Amino acid sequence: MNPEEKKITGPHPEEDKEIYFPLNGGDFSDAGAGSKRLREELAALGVPAQVIRRAAICAFEAEINVIIHAVAGSLHYMINEDILTITITDMGPGIKDVALAMKEGYTTAPDWARTYGWGSGMGLPNIKRNADDLVIDSVPGEGTTLKIFIDLKADK
Amino acid sequence: MNIQELIGILKLDLKNNGCVEGVVSGCYVSDMLSDVLANGKEGNIWITRQTHPNVVAVAAIRGLAGIIVPGGKQIEADTLEKAESECIPVMSTPLQTFEMAGTLYNLLLKNEKK
Repeated sequence: MNPEEKKITGPHPEEDKEIYFPLNGGDFSDAGAGSKRLREELAALGVPAQVIRRAAICAFEAEINVIIHAVAGSLHYMINEDILTITITDMGPGIKDVALAMKEGYTTAPDWARTYGWGSGMGLPNIKRNADDLVIDSVPGEGTTLKIFIDLKADK
Repeated sequence: MNIQELIGILKLDLKNNGCVEGVVSGCYVSDMLSDVLANGKEGNIWITRQTHPNVVAVAAIRGLAGIIVPGGKQIEADTLEKAESECIPVMSTPLQTFEMAGTLYNLLLKNEKK
């Protein structure tokens, strides 16, 4: 991390551009807190609505994935000039076959997630479609880190 | 046609202080939330039986005009509260999904031809 950038560990700073949100597995109640804050901040920066929408879809789907699949994790984002980087890290179980997980309709979500209308196997494909770049680093049994990059000046 | 007009014509029960001035561009029907994130369009009204707070985030992110819950299903209080903070009108109808969607389809089509 650039030493000039500040590290923030709560969802309340008003002037900083690096934000961290904890996520708890199985708890949908906080889902969307990170993506909501991100939407508000991007709107305040004058980012075009279409770009905000793409960023928010990526962030929200990633939050939901952690809540469905992992015990715990976090969403962190950073705005550095014109590039938004959203990093979602969780503590497992990891993705066994990333290529398969990217296929629309493939899901390992439990039934309880489907009763909430999630788990249709569209989350990662939705993230891929809306991100300018996506890097998935997953170790089965350990966890997954998603890095989502959005160019705030360019629209797809 | 805006939400306020729609409420009057379809006798919808508005459950919160949502923004009823929003213009309705069309309708999307789905209970799968990622499907709505992927395919909902700005200004669409969304018919869904999902009533937990995540629907509000989906509607807000996608820029939907409002949410209609069919079948007279009860809507969680925290969903209504969240929707109010996002200015999303949440409405209820005793009609089932098919009837509500069909009625809305005919109404929006008629309105488009005007």
